[in-house]
Amino acid sequence: MNNSVALELKNITKTFGKVVANKNVNLTLNKGEILSILGENGSGKTTLMNMISGIYYPDEGQIFIGGEEVIISSPQDAFKYKIGMIHQHFKLVDVFTAAENIVLGVNDKFNLKEVNSRVEEIASKYGFEIDAKKYVYNMAVSEKQTVEIIKVLYRGADILILDEPTAVLTPQETQKLFDVLRKMREDGKSIIIITHKLNEVMEISDRVSILRKGEYVATVDTKDTNEKELTEMMVGKKIDLKIERTETDFDKPLLEIRNLSINGDDGSRKIEDVSFYIRGGEILGVAGIAGCGQKELCEAIAGLRKIENGAICHKGESIVGLPAKEIIDKGISMSFIPEDRLGMGLAPNFSITDNMMLKTYNDNKGPFVDRKTARKNAENLIKKLEIVTPSTETPVRRLSGGNVQKVLVGREIESSPNVIVTAYPVRGLDINSSYAIYNILNDQKANGTGILFIGEDLDVMLALCDKIMVLCHGKNMGIVHAKKTTKEELGLMMTGSLDLAEVKNKEYGKAKDSHLTEKEWNEQQAENENKGGNDNG
Amino acid sequence: MANNKTIHEPLLHIVKRDNISIAKKISIYAIAILVSLLLGGIICSIVSPRGNVGKFFTSLYEGCFGTKRKTWLFFQEFSLLLAVSMALIVSFKMKFWNLGANGQILMGGLASIACSYYLGGKINESLLIVLCVLSSMLAGAIWAVIPAICKALWNTNETLFTLMLNYIASGLVNLFIAIWVTGGSGILNPLAYGKLPEIYNKYLLIVLFGIIITIIITIYLRYTKHGYEISVVGDSPNTARYIGINVKKVIIRTLILSGIICGIVGLLLTSGMSNNISADKAGNRGFTAIMTTWLANCNPLFAIATCGLVVFITKGMEMVRPTFGMLDDTISNLVIGIVYFFIIACAFFVQYKIVFNAKTTAILNKIATPFIWVYDKIKLGVLFIIEKIKPIFNKIVKKENTEKEDK
Repeated sequence: MNNSVALELKNITKTFGKVVANKNVNLTLNKGEILSILGENGSGKTTLMNMISGIYYPDEGQIFIGGEEVIISSPQDAFKYKIGMIHQHFKLVDVFTAAENIVLGVNDKFNLKEVNSRVEEIASKYGFEIDAKKYVYNMAVSEKQTVEIIKVLYRGADILILDEPTAVLTPQETQKLFDVLRKMREDGKSIIIITHKLNEVMEISDRVSILRKGEYVATVDTKDTNEKELTEMMVGKKIDLKIERTETDFDKPLLEIRNLSINGDDGSRKIEDVSFYIRGGEILGVAGIAGCGQKELCEAIAGLRKIENGAICHKGESIVGLPAKEIIDKGISMSFIPEDRLGMGLAPNFSITDNMMLKTYNDNKGPFVDRKTARKNAENLIKKLEIVTPSTETPVRRLSGGNVQKVLVGREIESSPNVIVTAYPVRGLDINSSYAIYNILNDQKANGTGILFIGEDLDVMLALCDKIMVLCHGKNMGIVHAKKTTKEELGLMMTGSLDLAEVKNKEYGKAKDSHLTEKEWNEQQAENENKGGNDNG
Repeated sequence: MANNKTIHEPLLHIVKRDNISIAKKISIYAIAILVSLLLGGIICSIVSPRGNVGKFFTSLYEGCFGTKRKTWLFFQEFSLLLAVSMALIVSFKMKFWNLGANGQILMGGLASIACSYYLGGKINESLLIVLCVLSSMLAGAIWAVIPAICKALWNTNETLFTLMLNYIASGLVNLFIAIWVTGGSGILNPLAYGKLPEIYNKYLLIVLFGIIITIIITIYLRYTKHGYEISVVGDSPNTARYIGINVKKVIIRTLILSGIICGIVGLLLTSGMSNNISADKAGNRGFTAIMTTWLANCNPLFAIATCGLVVFITKGMEMVRPTFGMLDDTISNLVIGIVYFFIIACAFFVQYKIVFNAKTTAILNKIATPFIWVYDKIKLGVLFIIEKIKPIFNKIVKKENTEKEDK
């Protein structure tokens, strides 16, 4: 038995009903190394990690820690063997401080002062920046993640598992995290990191293990491989990694938004004085850290949220205050993929057929719904987008993430919209499905549709979008040409360190060839303000 | 392997089933019901010297279908429970937990009886009946729409709201009885006017109502735009909002429908039967229907099965009690409880399966071997007997045929 092995998995198999999530997976993690686990969606990465951390129990196979076979049947067991997992969604108590969250669940007696000092000790050892007395509700996403990592370190974890830690971070924050991880490696900790982003895999890991459809493919040394090879192993076939940017002639502005302010559910300002416009045949990207007003912006455009100030005009006509149905009828389609990926736009327990007619069920006459046409549309969509499904009558929640999103985006496009507002359309999708979605969007762009693309992955946005607007705390930090900007510049703008609008003293987002004159815009805004006043009264 | 430590593998773990065939699902439920009834039979035979398990099953059957009258009563009760279940299905499908069917039934009955009490004899009898029907529908709808409006406008919690309205409704019934009955007996005598006409006999009207309302609700939920909207609101309110469904309108409209059905049930229970009212007239059907609806997974066709089962057991136990010489209903309630418990526990086995570790599986197999052996022998025996009987049977059939030809 090799002493340098921290964790070894042998022939691990896990099934959920008929679905085989993991089949005969073998994996070794050496002491003091960073191992990346790479795989498409549904390839069983998270399931595998959940078995190591005691959330699931494997049907077959063995787990060895430091050369000894162990049984991990609960998270307590995992903790006993010094395994700590940092989940994709943070599990913290908002009204507790960092230190309180860290000691939560530790059954020993503790003195909060000592905890504070120990937390700070750990933080300074690995180069974290954290205030142990800060409340979680006051924290930014990256700080919450830091708390999660310190939580497992505090319990003495030697093996750390991070599930997609960079998905919520800006490029600068990612760099910081990687520095911390490297320091931990030097300290002899073993780290497993799950990520979709190939460049990060290349940057941080020593070795890469690849899973495909639940099966173990190979483990390679990072220095001996490249992104292309990894992708091929992951997908199982050659694939072109370049995202195409369809070149089109831009039309007049389709959707114009001026000085828009929106409040969130809690009454706080979520979007402040934002102006932008989308032309036909253009993809405008919106970059920003999670929760900086993207959702509210989408909802306001779709007519689901009241605006506080400003104007939204479609082809020169105000759409402020119109019911959602009328906005849909004007050809403005909104598809927002929330974190659970099913919440808005689809009904998860409905069949594909029933989901197809969500927007059109009321168009035919009489009291009955027309399922025949919907079924035909569903069949066409399945053929056109190569949706993998047993039948048109399968509930969409049974489909894999990629296919669910294809149904949603596909249906939106079937209604031949002229403006598409889409938020996180490739959220959690694997490479193949993501490219399918990018192609759909590019096709629409070529048809002269204006697209507002709210995304997470800056690399993708730089490649796909024509222009990128950056939001920070609901403010427009500037609109840049994708060809002329860099990831670093976008990162700085996202965190608010760089405000192009201020630096260049330029007002962004007001089209010169607008449908309306300045005077008309002012009238519009005044009118909307009155409307708002009446609503409140 | 260099380690000598014994490893404590967990005895069993629970795995979620992916998809279960309908045949398997039905057989799981069928087995559960049979086992629970068997258990009930054994308990009854132990408690009472008068009966045995066989007698238990025959009394169950006789309690439901023993006489013509009992059969009619069975179907009457079945229809009433089914109708209330339909009222609940439309609102449960929308994830609006209407626990107030009892109150809605009572209000429907109260409205109808109030019409008969105040207007009986003063206006034309058929006009009075029309008024009774309309007022019961209206009262049921009002009792259901109050929590619906509050939910739609202020997002109040409907479970508590509808539940509390039950008690207000029974309070109101008691109040009116106190006003109407002056003797202090607290029992309202059957009224002379406003009794619903009979079709064929006094049960058929109610049975017809149950059948018709089930058909209507099945079609309504499955094929109409309204039904589609209900499902969307229930499945994903965000999506409903986004595609332009007026969620508030759908909630209010659906609860009006739910209340109307309950109101009519109230009418049938009062003006359709003894033509009087008391606070326990609803007979807890509003609560029993919650269970039948839930077990039927809000599917109107499944509800036929669950309602049938529940009525079968309740009616059957009413017969078991005197047969077994039980003085009170403790034991019969116990048996009903066992059956319900088994059915509800089944949901676990339908969704999950239990996987034992290798050692336990081996032990279980060893234990099961004699049973499997016996099962196999029985199977062989049955097959053998069938083989033996076949030629005899064939001969008889042939004989009959030749006899016929002879004639």
